[in-house]
Amino acid sequence: MTASTVFVPTKGGGPVSTTPVDAVSLEARAAALCTRSIKTTSKRSALHTTIRCIDLTTLEGTDTPGKVASLCQKAVRPDPANPVIPSVAAVCVYPEMVEHAVAAVAGTGVAVASVAGAFPAGMSAPAVRVADIADAVGRGADEIDIVLNRSAFMSGDLGRAHDEIAAAKEACGAAHLKVILETGELGSYDQVRRASMLAMAAGADFIKTSTGKIPKAATHPMVLNMAEAIRDYADQTGVVVGLKGAGGIRTAKQAWHHLVIVGETLGTEWLTPDLFRLGASSLLNDVLMQIQKLDTGRYSGPDYVTVD
Amino acid sequence: MAEHMPVDKTFKLFIGGVFPRSESGRTFQVHSADGDLLANAAQASRKDLREAVRAARSAQAGWADRTAYNRGQVLYRVAEVMESRRAEFTSVLIDMGHSPGDATAEVDRSIDRWVWYAGWADKLHHVLGTVNPVVGPYFNFTFPEPTGVVVVAAPDDPPLLGLLSRIAPVVVSGNTAVVATGGPSTLAAVTLAEVLATSDVPGGVVNILTGEKGELLPWALGHMDVNSVDLTGAPDGLEDEAVAAAADNVKRIVRADPEGASPYMIGDFLEMKTVWHPIGR
Amino acid sequence: MAPTDNPHEPFGIDYAPAPESTAVVNIAKTYGHFINGDFVEPSSGATFPTVNPATETHLANIADGSAEDVDRAVAAARAAFEGPWGQMPGSERGKYLFRIARQLQERSREFAVLETMDGGKPIKESRDLDLPLSAAWFFYYAGWADKLEYAFPNRSVAPHGVAGQIVPWNFPLMMAAWKLAPALAAGNTVVLKPAETTPLTALLLADVLQNIDLPPGVVNIVTGAGATGAAIVDHRGIDKLAFTGSTEVGKAIQRAASARRIPLTLELGGKAAHIVFEDSAIDQAVEGVVTGIYSNQGHVCCAGSRLLVEESIADSFVERLRRRISTLRLGDPLDKNTDVGAINSADQLQRITDMVATGVSEGADLFQPECDLPDKGYWFPPSVFTGVQQSHTVAREEIFGPVLTVQTFRTAEEAVEKANNTPYGLSAGIWTEKGSKILWMTEKLRAGVVWANTYNQFDPASPFGGYKESGFGREGGMHGLAPYLHERADLTGGGA
Repeated sequence: MTASTVFVPTKGGGPVSTTPVDAVSLEARAAALCTRSIKTTSKRSALHTTIRCIDLTTLEGTDTPGKVASLCQKAVRPDPANPVIPSVAAVCVYPEMVEHAVAAVAGTGVAVASVAGAFPAGMSAPAVRVADIADAVGRGADEIDIVLNRSAFMSGDLGRAHDEIAAAKEACGAAHLKVILETGELGSYDQVRRASMLAMAAGADFIKTSTGKIPKAATHPMVLNMAEAIRDYADQTGVVVGLKGAGGIRTAKQAWHHLVIVGETLGTEWLTPDLFRLGASSLLNDVLMQIQKLDTGRYSGPDYVTVD
Repeated sequence: MAEHMPVDKTFKLFIGGVFPRSESGRTFQVHSADGDLLANAAQASRKDLREAVRAARSAQAGWADRTAYNRGQVLYRVAEVMESRRAEFTSVLIDMGHSPGDATAEVDRSIDRWVWYAGWADKLHHVLGTVNPVVGPYFNFTFPEPTGVVVVAAPDDPPLLGLLSRIAPVVVSGNTAVVATGGPSTLAAVTLAEVLATSDVPGGVVNILTGEKGELLPWALGHMDVNSVDLTGAPDGLEDEAVAAAADNVKRIVRADPEGASPYMIGDFLEMKTVWHPIGR
Repeated sequence: MAPTDNPHEPFGIDYAPAPESTAVVNIAKTYGHFINGDFVEPSSGATFPTVNPATETHLANIADGSAEDVDRAVAAARAAFEGPWGQMPGSERGKYLFRIARQLQERSREFAVLETMDGGKPIKESRDLDLPLSAAWFFYYAGWADKLEYAFPNRSVAPHGVAGQIVPWNFPLMMAAWKLAPALAAGNTVVLKPAETTPLTALLLADVLQNIDLPPGVVNIVTGAGATGAAIVDHRGIDKLAFTGSTEVGKAIQRAASARRIPLTLELGGKAAHIVFEDSAIDQAVEGVVTGIYSNQGHVCCAGSRLLVEESIADSFVERLRRRISTLRLGDPLDKNTDVGAINSADQLQRITDMVATGVSEGADLFQPECDLPDKGYWFPPSVFTGVQQSHTVAREEIFGPVLTVQTFRTAEEAVEKANNTPYGLSAGIWTEKGSKILWMTEKLRAGVVWANTYNQFDPASPFGGYKESGFGREGGMHGLAPYLHERADLTGGGA
């Protein structure tokens, strides 16, 4: 794809356009940013920022109220032994678990996000997906994570893909809408760039890399690519959209390189939970162990963080 | 019937596809090996050289833009016309003191040499170009391009074979040539000019100046719009200082075996261009 | 300002210092020349200092090479050529080159830190570019040493003898590697002169050469400035000359060497056009332009110093460029997060400063991001000139510093015309997603290296070198081997 694609934002404003992406240079730039050496005070603030931006996630068919309660406790107090450690941004669960999560985090400042809209494939009737979203919102979800209709997008029906997001946004009401592009399925950075612009124009509050259900997920170049799309959208419309990396982010080092990429591309004003999230589960414990290392000077081990 | 009175030829320069006299009005005498006066040839001046370089420059891009296949055919056509003028070339060489046998042999070799070079036009890239296995996701290749305008000091000996052996490797790749000749190769050069003028070679691709090479070469070496100078046929008296002036625009100075033939001799007048492009999706 | 240790401090990109340790390098007080396998005192006893341009601290005293020193080095090289090296089979020569490559890999950290200390370039560049490429160059050419007969069909080749090689200060070790590897693979012996402001890594390389038991005299390193270089150029015992550096000095060398008719390769200056079309991958083009002119402080002969941008996107592109430049981190070259290091010398800083002043006085608009320059050392902020016309001095002359000029064009033809309107012809960059346009531009641009949708890529397998006043001869690849070989007189010709 070489030609740029133009979208007209749902909320009005002039048309916005995409730019082609050169894969090799994009990956080289991401790799260069990943050589940033984050030491001492910067490492500590990176680790704390990471925690503050985590959407602590469980999306399993075996999720139970007990599992969710445990996750929520971890979200609110990630390290019971260390009161300085902040809470994460949100917990992310299936709609059926939303009420349990809402109850568990009430009053703590931790938000509840729910996947919805026939997550993760999205291959249900539009009305069913909208109903799923409305249901999750009705159960008390603050944030809704849906998938882009890749079937429509890949078949060239960009209008349908766009309109369904706009409908989802409407169904969200006051809840924030995160649109998952499932970047690993789109085949190229060009397509991701186009999907990013489409989702933002359709009204997404966040664009998100992945469901976490397929292997290729939140790679550094992919996050860089989407950050550049967000910057372009803000330049062209003045509308500020958030970015969520999810899937495959397991180590603190991966996470702080995401912070570097977003910080150097969009500015550090993006590095708050309002505009940046990392969807993860095992990441949190690695971050906690890194903080313990900074605090004690010794390397920590998995027995010194809680498994939730 | 009255006996035919021979019509003598006027020996002029060959610049931009036409035959001007020297702007200086000068001529020099060309004598046969036996001392007979054969011609009053035009003696090129520095201004003629300037005009020839100008003609060569304006012809260069178009010549280089021809397809290699087409350049090969145009040059092959020169051999065809030479073949039709075998008798004239042979007689010129005999005038210069060759035995009839030697003259015939040199003409044969010269025509064959030209045909050999013509065939290189669309094969150079194979032999001199490369695809380079670089580290990283890049397609990388190197291919030859002509250097531009080349001034050739034609060798005196062998007069015809040397002349052709030095012009062919210059022009086959898309360079244009300004050939400085004099002495024993003057008549061969003028005859070649007539061949070129009646072939398909575009005007300005080969320009031929007769006169004193030693007078013209310092101007060529100092000329800022000349890319390369072939000194294979430079006179012994050419001063080091004149050659040093080539550095003023970093000219490529070439000296070669006047009778040799090799794709590497074409390579002396080539630039290698390397191109990188990422491999991605 | 570095962030505080307050855990509630949000993460910022004013990263805490991350300096590479200098404990790994061991700099002697004084260095002699490396001749015939040993470090020897200069005949005159004279030395000159080399300083760290980021701090102005004195690093070492370096032997100042005289004609007599050069003579000793050439004699050693001649003896080695006529002795062990000249008689050694190519397969054995190759093994020495492989050994050099391996030692450079093993000691890369030490070399990188020393390179940065002596030259001022960011450690991430010496670590990620100079050292890997230097090792790769030896590795690549090592494999050629016993395959020379396959490189040039129908041609029987032999080394010239003693090669004199003069290298610049912008990539001190890498330029030495680019020169030494093909020369040695081809069977020559060498007298090498590193630049006077950056001799230390070449001298550390001498230590490697001792460690790998390279026969004495095969590589000789004579340090010094222009006079030492001139002594090499003028020495009658030199059979081949290779120079990388300024066009001005290159011309002087061509002049000086012309009467002796010895083979010469020149890799000289440039004023590369970096051409960005409307239909390019814009973010990557911005990166390419930034890499093209600000890496190594613009001390790069092939730097993309002239941005030619399609007029329809010029304003937005320049805005993106400015924003990106404002994130460049200038400072301690040893810090792993530094993007722009120190200017190599006080002289070079003066030249850049003067050129930029000329640009301003000729009416171009100067943009420099807000950027604190350290108090000590030689520094110049990344700079962009807009409102530049083809006739402006800053658009015509090589600045060899972190200074970009921006011009616009309307058509591909106009871009080519402007790009080629220079005596230089080293490199060019093209950014467009249209393949046929890339190839069209590639054919039209008069430059030895064309980077399309990338910039400043180097590889030992890839020939590098210029058209026109950017020099002649190629370094890298099979083409880089040719200048170090001649056709044997007893086996000339081919063809009809």
